[in-house]
Amino acid sequence: MALPDAGTGAAPFLRIEGVSKSFGSFKAVNDVSLTVEKGEIFALLGGSGCGKTTLLRMLAGFEEPTAGRIFLDGRDMAGVQPWDRPVHMMFQSYALFPHMTVAKNIGYGLKHEKMTKAERDARVREMLDLVQLTQFAGRKPHQISGGQRQRVALARALARQPKLLLLDEPLAALDKKLREHTQFELMSIQQRTGVTFIVVTHDQEEAMTLADRIAVMDKGVVRQIGSPTEIYEFPNSRFVASFIGSITSFEAKVAGREGAHLVVDVPALGGRILARDVPGVVEGQAVTLAVRPEKLNLTKERPESPNAVEGMVKDLAYFGKDSLYRIALPSGALVQAHAVNARRGMEAARVADWDDKIWLSFDPGSAIVLAD
Amino acid sequence: MAEPSTLRDATAPVEPRQGGAFARWLDRRGWSDILIGGPYIWLLLLFLVPFLIVVAMSVATKTSTAPPISWGGEVPLLNWEPYQRVLSDGLYLRAFLTSVMNAGIAMILCLFIGYPMALGLVRVAPSWRNILLMLVILPFWTSFLLRVYAWMGLMGRNSWFNGMLTDAWNFLVPIDWAVRSIPMMNSNFAVVLVMVYTYLPFMILPLYASLERLDTTLDEAAMDLGSRPARVFWDVTLPQSVPGIIAGGMLVFIPAAGELVIPSLVGNASSPMIGRLISDEFSMARDWPMASAIAVMLLLLMVVPTMLYSHYQAKAGGSK
Ligand SMILES: Nc1ncnc2c1ncn2[C@@H]1O[C@H](COP(=O)(O)OP(=O)(O)OP(=O)(O)O)[C@@H](O)[C@H]1O
Ligand SMILES: [Mg+2]
Repeated sequence: MALPDAGTGAAPFLRIEGVSKSFGSFKAVNDVSLTVEKGEIFALLGGSGCGKTTLLRMLAGFEEPTAGRIFLDGRDMAGVQPWDRPVHMMFQSYALFPHMTVAKNIGYGLKHEKMTKAERDARVREMLDLVQLTQFAGRKPHQISGGQRQRVALARALARQPKLLLLDEPLAALDKKLREHTQFELMSIQQRTGVTFIVVTHDQEEAMTLADRIAVMDKGVVRQIGSPTEIYEFPNSRFVASFIGSITSFEAKVAGREGAHLVVDVPALGGRILARDVPGVVEGQAVTLAVRPEKLNLTKERPESPNAVEGMVKDLAYFGKDSLYRIALPSGALVQAHAVNARRGMEAARVADWDDKIWLSFDPGSAIVLAD
Repeated sequence: MAEPSTLRDATAPVEPRQGGAFARWLDRRGWSDILIGGPYIWLLLLFLVPFLIVVAMSVATKTSTAPPISWGGEVPLLNWEPYQRVLSDGLYLRAFLTSVMNAGIAMILCLFIGYPMALGLVRVAPSWRNILLMLVILPFWTSFLLRVYAWMGLMGRNSWFNGMLTDAWNFLVPIDWAVRSIPMMNSNFAVVLVMVYTYLPFMILPLYASLERLDTTLDEAAMDLGSRPARVFWDVTLPQSVPGIIAGGMLVFIPAAGELVIPSLVGNASSPMIGRLISDEFSMARDWPMASAIAVMLLLLMVVPTMLYSHYQAKAGGSK
C-alpha cells in the first residue's frame, strides 16, 4: 500500500501505466495505459498482430514489459513470476493437458491451494456443475467436443478463484452458432463468479456484446477506450470509426461554430452542414465527416433537417426487414443508406425505387467530425 | 466343404473381365491392400520365417552331419532336451541374468543421461538444434569396432585415462585404499560403460522426437495455474514423454541384452552374456539346437514385456 493512490479506495483494480514491449527493434505493444475496474468485463479489440496477446502475456507474467508498470490490486507486478500471480489465463488454443481427465484438468491448479482432498473434490464438482460438464468428468480432452473443451478451459482457469481472468480469443475456435450461445454463457458465468475478465478478440460484435468497456488497439497502440456505445457513437478517429461497424465518410473543412454545433464544408454533399461539436478543431482545419448508414434518413419530400441533400437511387438491395440504398449525389459521390421497411406490401415496402429522386438527411447530432 | 465354395461363387462372377485370376484379384481388392500389406510381407519374410526356422532348429537333434541337425530317422522328431538344459543349467540362467542386469543398467543410465540431453536439444535455440543433433549422430560415422577398441585403450592399465582416474582415486581416499591402477577392463562395469556410450543416441533420438512434439503452451498453462518449472516438468513434460521413454528404452535394452561384440572384447569371460553363449554353442560346440533354444528363450524374454506393454497401451484407450 505504498502507492500514492492505493489507499484512497478509488484506486482502479488493474492499472497499466505506459507499458511497452519490443521484440528486437519491433514494438509489439507501444506505451499502453489503461485501467480496469473490479468485476468488469474489459475487451481488447484489434486486428491480427496488433499486440493483444502480447499485452495479455505481460499481465500473466510470461513476458516482462520493456517499459512501463502494471499494478494489480495495488501491487506492482514487476518481477512477479507467473506461478505467483493471482491471474489465470484461458489460452487461445485452450492448452488442456491431454494426459489428464476433464476433472484432473480442472483440479490442476487446486494442488497449490491449502485444501483437503474433500474440499478440492467439492470445488472440482462445483466447477463441473458451473460449466455443465459433470457427466464428462472422466473423459480425456480428445474425447469431448470443441465447445466442451472451451468450457473445461474456462472452468480450469476459474477453479482457483483468480482475481483476474485473461481470455485470449475464447470463442474463436467455435462455430458461429455456438459462439453466440457461448457469449451469453460467458457473461452469466462472469456475473455469478464476480471475477474481473479481460477478453481479447478481433471480432467487434463479440466485443460489443460481451464487454462493459472496450479498448481498440492498432499496431500496438490503444486508439480509444470506452463503453460499446461511446466507441460506436463517438469514435475519436477514422480508424476506430471504420473498425467498428460500417460508416460513410466525406472529406470536409471546418467553417466555424454555430451555437452548439460545428459548421463544416462538405463538397461531396454540395454545401455546408451542421455537425456535433468536438473540442480541439479549429476553423479551416481539414477533417473527415462520418455518418453511420442507419442514421441517414430517406424521404420523398424535403425534410425539416438542416442537413439535407437531394439525390437519385442508383442501386438497392432488399433484405426483408430493411433495404440498402446506394444514392448518387449531384456532386458525383455515392452514399449508402439503410431504411427500415416499415410498411407492408409488394411495392409500398420501399421508400423509393431505382432512378427515383430522394432526399437524404441526417441529424446534426449523428454527424461525426473526425480530426484524425 | 460346401460353404466356402458357395461363398466363392457368390463373389467371383461380379466382374467377368479378361486377364488371369491375379488381375481379377487385384481389381477386386485394389492396390491399396498391397501397399498396406507390404510391411506385413516384409515382416513375414524377414522376421517370422527365419524365426520359425530357428524354432524348428531348436527342437532338432544334434548330429555329426552337415548341417549338424536332424529331425526324425533314428533321432526323435521333437527334441526338448536343449530347453531342459537351458532351464536347469545354472550357467545359462546366470548368463540370462547377467545380460538382463547389464542391459537394464545400461538402459537406465542411458535414460538419465539422454533425457536431459534430449530436453536440452528441444529447448535450445533452433539455429543450434541441428548442429547439436549432428553431434549426437556423429559417432556413427566411425566404425563401431574402432570405437570399442578405443575404449579398450582408454580403460587399459597403462593408459593416461586410467592413470588420471587412479590419481584422482588415490588423492580422494585414505592411503590404505590406494591402488596402482583401476581394474576396469574385463568387467561388467566395462561392458555397461561401453554399451551406454554406444547406445546413447538410440535413447536420445526417440526422446527428442517425443519431446519436440510437445506443445509449450501446456507448460505455460501449468505455470499459470501455480506450478514452478520443476513441477511443470513432473506434471506435464514427463508424463507426455512416456512413449519416447519406452521406445528409447526398448531400442537400448533389446540390442544390449543380446550384445555379443562388447562383452567379448571388454567383458568378463567367466560371467558371459547370453549373446556370447549363443555364438559359442553355434560355432565352437556346433550344437545348433542348443544355440537356437537359447535364442528362442531370449526372444521370449524380449517379446513378452513388449506385448504386455502394447496390450496395456491399447486398453488405456490410445491416450496420446
Ligand atoms: N516472441 C516474439 N518474438 C518476436 N515477435 C513477436 C513475438 N511475439 C509476438 N511478436 C510480434 O508482435 C506482434 C503482436 O503479436 P500478438 O501475438 O500480440 O498479436 P495479436 O494481436 O494477439 O494477434 P492475433 O489476433 O493474430 O492473435 C506481431 O507482429 C508478432 O509478430
Ligand atoms: Mg493473439
